[in-house]
Amino acid sequence: MATEPVLEVADLCAAYGRTPVLRGVDMTIAKGEIVSLIGRNGVGKTTTMRCLIGLLPATSGQIVFLGQSITELPADERARLGIGYIPQGRQVFPRMTVEENIAVSLLASPGKDRRLTDLVYQYFPILKQRRRQSAGTLSGGEQQQLAIGRALVGNPRLMLLDEPSEGIQPSIVDMICEVLKSVRDQLGTTILFVEQNLDTILAISERCYVIDKGAVVAEIGRDRLRTPEVVRHHLLI
Amino acid sequence: MFAEAFSIAFQFADVFAFLILAAAGLAIIFGMMGIINMAHGEFITCGIYVTVIAVQHGVPLPLAQALGAVSAGLVGIALERTIIRHLYHRPLDSILATWGISLMVTQGMLIVLGSSWQGIGTPLGSFKVGDYTFSAYRLVLFGAAVGVLAGLYLIFMRTGYGVMARATMQNAAMAKALGVRTERMYAISFGLGAALAGLCGALYAPTMTLIPTMGITFIIESFVTVVVGGANVLLGTAPAGILLAIVRTALNAWYGQIAGQIGLLITVIIVIRILPEGVSGWLSRRER
Repeated sequence: MATEPVLEVADLCAAYGRTPVLRGVDMTIAKGEIVSLIGRNGVGKTTTMRCLIGLLPATSGQIVFLGQSITELPADERARLGIGYIPQGRQVFPRMTVEENIAVSLLASPGKDRRLTDLVYQYFPILKQRRRQSAGTLSGGEQQQLAIGRALVGNPRLMLLDEPSEGIQPSIVDMICEVLKSVRDQLGTTILFVEQNLDTILAISERCYVIDKGAVVAEIGRDRLRTPEVVRHHLLI
Repeated sequence: MFAEAFSIAFQFADVFAFLILAAAGLAIIFGMMGIINMAHGEFITCGIYVTVIAVQHGVPLPLAQALGAVSAGLVGIALERTIIRHLYHRPLDSILATWGISLMVTQGMLIVLGSSWQGIGTPLGSFKVGDYTFSAYRLVLFGAAVGVLAGLYLIFMRTGYGVMARATMQNAAMAKALGVRTERMYAISFGLGAALAGLCGALYAPTMTLIPTMGITFIIESFVTVVVGGANVLLGTAPAGILLAIVRTALNAWYGQIAGQIGLLITVIIVIRILPEGVSGWLSRRER
């Protein structure tokens, strides 16, 4: 595994109004890694993701992406620099077709590489079948595939996924895990994902950060990840 | 018999054109940004004055009308950049700000341009069907209204801007997280809305006597159409225009102009009661 850092987060703090939520998140993710961020409900996992993409401003701390500080950049600039975001609940554009959802990201990306659309349809053939269908009428699993595909056509160097397995049937979750590994292997994309599903964490994580009360409290390396009890323990802290 | 039928169809087309042209710009700005633009009438006035002044300086009417629309659009972009962009997600403040702009522009024009201005005649003359005489230019206005609807459909459904604008309309934060420059989308959309208001004024300029407060002439119809149509200009404005044009044409024909105006207002009250999100909100819910 290469060690060149794609994402470096140092002492990241954020708040909703006057209520602090993140109180010093630190993490470093190397190129091509698949890293998970785990923890109980309400400890700041989704807030960390929103902060990394720029939908929530950091009150202090640093976010460095590919050697460049992006702490002050708005979300659209971060996306165009190469960060793909798949939010909790998918948030597809419900009154637009599947292909229009994908086109939004493609049109907004600097490269506008239309071959990536074909690649997305290879990864997720159901999207090609349903490309003229309104995204709001898709099942939860299909919407998750669309949300991932939509991020992929922007040719991201880093993908942020917030609970990709939430509310999705296990067979689709397995397929999504396989696709994420292929994306990493074929495109060299680095992946950071928030997850509470132990099977998903164990299936694709190479490393794990544990977050509690708005701060990273532990890191689980590759060796300890082979012991499910360790991860389960941290999910139940 | 044919002449009567043609007369009713002509009146319907005339009312429909007025409603669509008056409302299209307002509907885009409201649908895209949730901004209730109380200065809409002043963009229309801008289109009217630029057109008339250009024609009086020897510019051919179609070119002067294009100039009127473009001028209003540029003023709209400037306004969005300087004032409106600070008021997103603050609907009450945006109403107050745009109303203030409206008052300042109207009073400023009264001071600078005076209370009236010499107009330009209606072009193209008239034609007869049976015993009735009709203005040929009114057919142009109907064609322009249909053209505006078709143009908006093409812009929003067939262009890259349209795809990104609709995404911004549905979920601005998500669109931004995918790389869409949402601020630019808002500026373009506000400019487009203002340009359409200017186009409305430019098209009606030859039919009106010019006074600085003439924007108000269009305001009631434009707001009524947007309220009935809802936030989605593609789904709502045309059906709202058809419904309101039927009501107004019928009441105009049977009971006169005042009854037609009252009928519009009663219709909007009924629609708000039954369809609070307007026709487009109802259609969107059915789709889901």
